[in-house]
Amino acid sequence: MRGDGLLQRLRDRFGAAIVDTHEFRGDTTAVVDRAALVDALRFCRDEPALACDMLTDLTAADYLKFPGREDGPRFEVVYHLYSLAHHHRLRLKVRVDEDDAVVPTAVPLWPIANWLEREVWDMFGVRFEGHPDPRRLLMYEQFVGHALRKDYPINRRQPLIGPTT
Amino acid sequence: MGVGSFFTSKLDEAIGWARKYSIFQYPFVTACCGMEYMAAACSHYDVDRFGAGLPRFSPRQADVLFVVGTISHKMAPVLKRIYDQMTEPKWVVAFGVCTCTGGFYDNYATVQGIDTIIPVDVYIPGCPPRPESVLDGLMKLQDKIALQTQRF
Repeated sequence: MRGDGLLQRLRDRFGAAIVDTHEFRGDTTAVVDRAALVDALRFCRDEPALACDMLTDLTAADYLKFPGREDGPRFEVVYHLYSLAHHHRLRLKVRVDEDDAVVPTAVPLWPIANWLEREVWDMFGVRFEGHPDPRRLLMYEQFVGHALRKDYPINRRQPLIGPTT
Repeated sequence: MGVGSFFTSKLDEAIGWARKYSIFQYPFVTACCGMEYMAAACSHYDVDRFGAGLPRFSPRQADVLFVVGTISHKMAPVLKRIYDQMTEPKWVVAFGVCTCTGGFYDNYATVQGIDTIIPVDVYIPGCPPRPESVLDGLMKLQDKIALQTQRF
C-alpha cells in the first residue's frame, strides 16, 4: 500500500486522534494523540493491510527553541515501523509536554521497545508508563539529567573518577 | 664514580636492555582504533621485532597497557582498575587521539584524555595513527624503558 493509503486507513480508524499527517518523498508520518497511541501502534502491527510487524526505531526529539515551535509541546517521541510482508514504512509520532513527559510503553507490542525506551528515558527524560525495567540504558546511574536535552549544558561533565572539568 | 655506582649503572643498563625487548602488552581496545592496532600488531608490521609480539589478556601478566580507543566516563573506573591490577614495572601507551585528549568527542560522555585518570608514558596521536607512528611510539617507549632507573 502506498503511503497516502496507509494514512487514510489510520484516519478512517482513529479519526480526530490522528492529529496531523504528512508525506514527503516516501516518508509517511502520522502524529497521533497520546491517548490513542497504543491502539494506533497495535492497529499498525495487526491490521493485515498495514502489517507493520517490525519496530525499526524508537527515538525522540527535543523541540525546545525550535523555530516556529516555541509554544508547542516540547518533545516528540518517534516510532519507525516497517512491514516485512508489504515492504512499506510508516512513522508515528506523539507529542508530549515537558511537565507531562509520559508516554505509554510499547514493550508488550514489540520486545525491542524495552531498550529503545530506556535509551529515550536516559537521553531525553521521557518516561514510559508501564515499562518493565525503567532504568537508564547508556549513562551510569550517578549521571544527573538527560544528555540530549537541548538545555543540557554542552560543557557539563559528570565523571565518575578524575577531574570534573 | 665509585665501584658501586659503576655496577648499578651497568646493571640498570642490562635490565633496561632486557626489559625493552620483553614488552608484554595488555590491549585495552574500546573503539575503531582497535582495527588499526590489530593491523599494526600483526605480521605485516611485525612488532615482534621490538619484543612486543605477544599480547597478554590478563593485566597481571602485562607490562604495557595499550589504551586503544575512546574512553567514556562510564568506562573510566574499569580502566583505572585494570591499571591498578598490573604489576610493577608498568607503562601506559595512549593509542590514538581520543585517548590522548578526547579527540573530537568533546561531550558529556567522553574522558578528555586518559592522563586525567592514569599516568601515560607515550602518546601516539592520530585518528587512527598510522602503523608507522605506532612503531615510532613503540620505539620511544623502548628508549624510555632502557634509559630509566630500573627498580626490581
